[in-house]
Amino acid sequence: MTAIHVEQLTKRFGDFTAVDAISFDIRKGEIFGLLGPNGAGKTTTISMLSTLLEPTSGTALVNGIDIQKDQDGVRKSIGIVFQDQSLDEELTAWENMDFHGRLYRIPKAVREERIQDLLHLVELEDRKESLVKTFSGGMRRRLEIARGLLHEPAVLFLDEPTLGLDPQTRNHLWTYIQTLNRTKGITIILTTHYMDEADRLCDRIAIIDRGTIIAMDTPEELKKRVGSDVVTVTSPDSERIATEISAPWISGAEQHDGQVTIRLHDAEEHIAELIRSFGDHEYAITSVSIHQPTLEDVFLHYTGKTIREEEPGAADRIRMRMMGGRH
Amino acid sequence: MDIVYTLWLRSLKRYVRSKSRIVGSLGMPVFFLLALGFGLNSVVQMPGDTGENYMQFLVPGIIAMSVLFTSVFSGIQIIWDKQFGFLKETLVAPVSRLEIMLGQTLGGATTAVIQGAFILILSLLIGIRFTSFTGFLIAFLFMTLIGICFAAFGIAIASKMEDMHGFQLIMNFVVFPIFGLSGALFPIESLPEWLVPLTLIDPLTYGVEGIRYGLLGTSAIHPLVCLAALGGCTAVMIVAGALLFRKASI
Repeated sequence: MTAIHVEQLTKRFGDFTAVDAISFDIRKGEIFGLLGPNGAGKTTTISMLSTLLEPTSGTALVNGIDIQKDQDGVRKSIGIVFQDQSLDEELTAWENMDFHGRLYRIPKAVREERIQDLLHLVELEDRKESLVKTFSGGMRRRLEIARGLLHEPAVLFLDEPTLGLDPQTRNHLWTYIQTLNRTKGITIILTTHYMDEADRLCDRIAIIDRGTIIAMDTPEELKKRVGSDVVTVTSPDSERIATEISAPWISGAEQHDGQVTIRLHDAEEHIAELIRSFGDHEYAITSVSIHQPTLEDVFLHYTGKTIREEEPGAADRIRMRMMGGRH
Repeated sequence: MDIVYTLWLRSLKRYVRSKSRIVGSLGMPVFFLLALGFGLNSVVQMPGDTGENYMQFLVPGIIAMSVLFTSVFSGIQIIWDKQFGFLKETLVAPVSRLEIMLGQTLGGATTAVIQGAFILILSLLIGIRFTSFTGFLIAFLFMTLIGICFAAFGIAIASKMEDMHGFQLIMNFVVFPIFGLSGALFPIESLPEWLVPLTLIDPLTYGVEGIRYGLLGTSAIHPLVCLAALGGCTAVMIVAGALLFRKASI
């Protein structure tokens, strides 16, 4: 069963190709992640699938409905939580929900019951009469997720759902998202540039960079492709190491920012030999670490660069602050 | 229709909650009314022999002013919705942009008429007497038309604007001239002849004269002409606002 079918979907803004002929299928009930750095084309993809942007070319079906032929049909069947906040701060939590319910023409009795249930689900029941401007970032996000579910969509889009939130709130939200997926069977497509988020939540991940999908699989499979272990070496001679190092148990090495990431099998067994060979070649070594491959290594493997993760960029931080502190 | 009502309801809720905005946007009209009214009442001799004084003459103009500014501002407010993301929430819903635009327009018009009504009540309190109850209804009809016309105008402008930076420009070079040329502050009969055509292409002129007819029983332009001109202009603004809003990017 396919929830979303995307074929050769492309979006150009003038000369710039934001999304370049991507194709993928998302099964019903799946949590699917679009992982990539800022500006990779994730939000543009989501905007096209949610009918906010017209594709330049290509087709996509959401719940079997063509995004260009029947926009209203698609809109009725999806819920969306935007990257930027989209609540009315001058209204209460309940009123924001009620407004949404009316826009989707949900009859009054059903609407009120569902709002009650959903506010209970996201633990905002006791704050339902408070104005949204008094809410914290995490509460706003939860309210937006509840709102996105009000019309019982078959597919829920989450665009950077935990951007700018503190670790505790992120954890909390992840639990919500998983619960929603399991109990209600909702297909979830989320975009993120947080590796841990993609790893923890997603059944399958598409790594997207510069508008194209460069790898797509389950997080486990993606990591397996990198190798069973990863040794990261920090060294002034990193370029030499990356080109010269070789052994039957080494499956590859990439150099970036003064570090070499060596993909290999059974690192514990071979580490002594590896260090010895560093000595033989007289490489200067600053530090060496062994770890299981992470999505970060996967990303590096496919793109030859690290994702700019950790913190949102300066613009995001200012935006989050503005949202938080606005009256 | 229920979607239009939903948007209207939201406008009203926001309006009722923003006490500072209500008081703030009453400030300038009240100042004009009191300063110009009391200040010029004794020195200005109204042309003709209708027996009305300048204060009486001024009240309809200030009511129109209050409706004009509130409605343009409420239309332009969709820029805030755009900047703070709320517009996306409405645009991604399975509703037409026309419904959104109409709801926003009617919401803005309603708040504008309420602001105008405050001035009307104030002028009753400072001792102005008006002709009849029917006159009140006529005045409200024209206030409503001004409200709808200029809320739609505000939306049309907001659809073309990226952010609030151009707001001052619009206020100084569009809204103030509309107000200034409308005959709200002076009788249009006594203007130099070259200026008359300008006042006659200003839709607010017909609104001011319409309200004046309702409240004072006399007007420089026949009320039916006012109704036709302002009504026509309102229709044009709604169409323009709807077309521009439909094309507005988010």
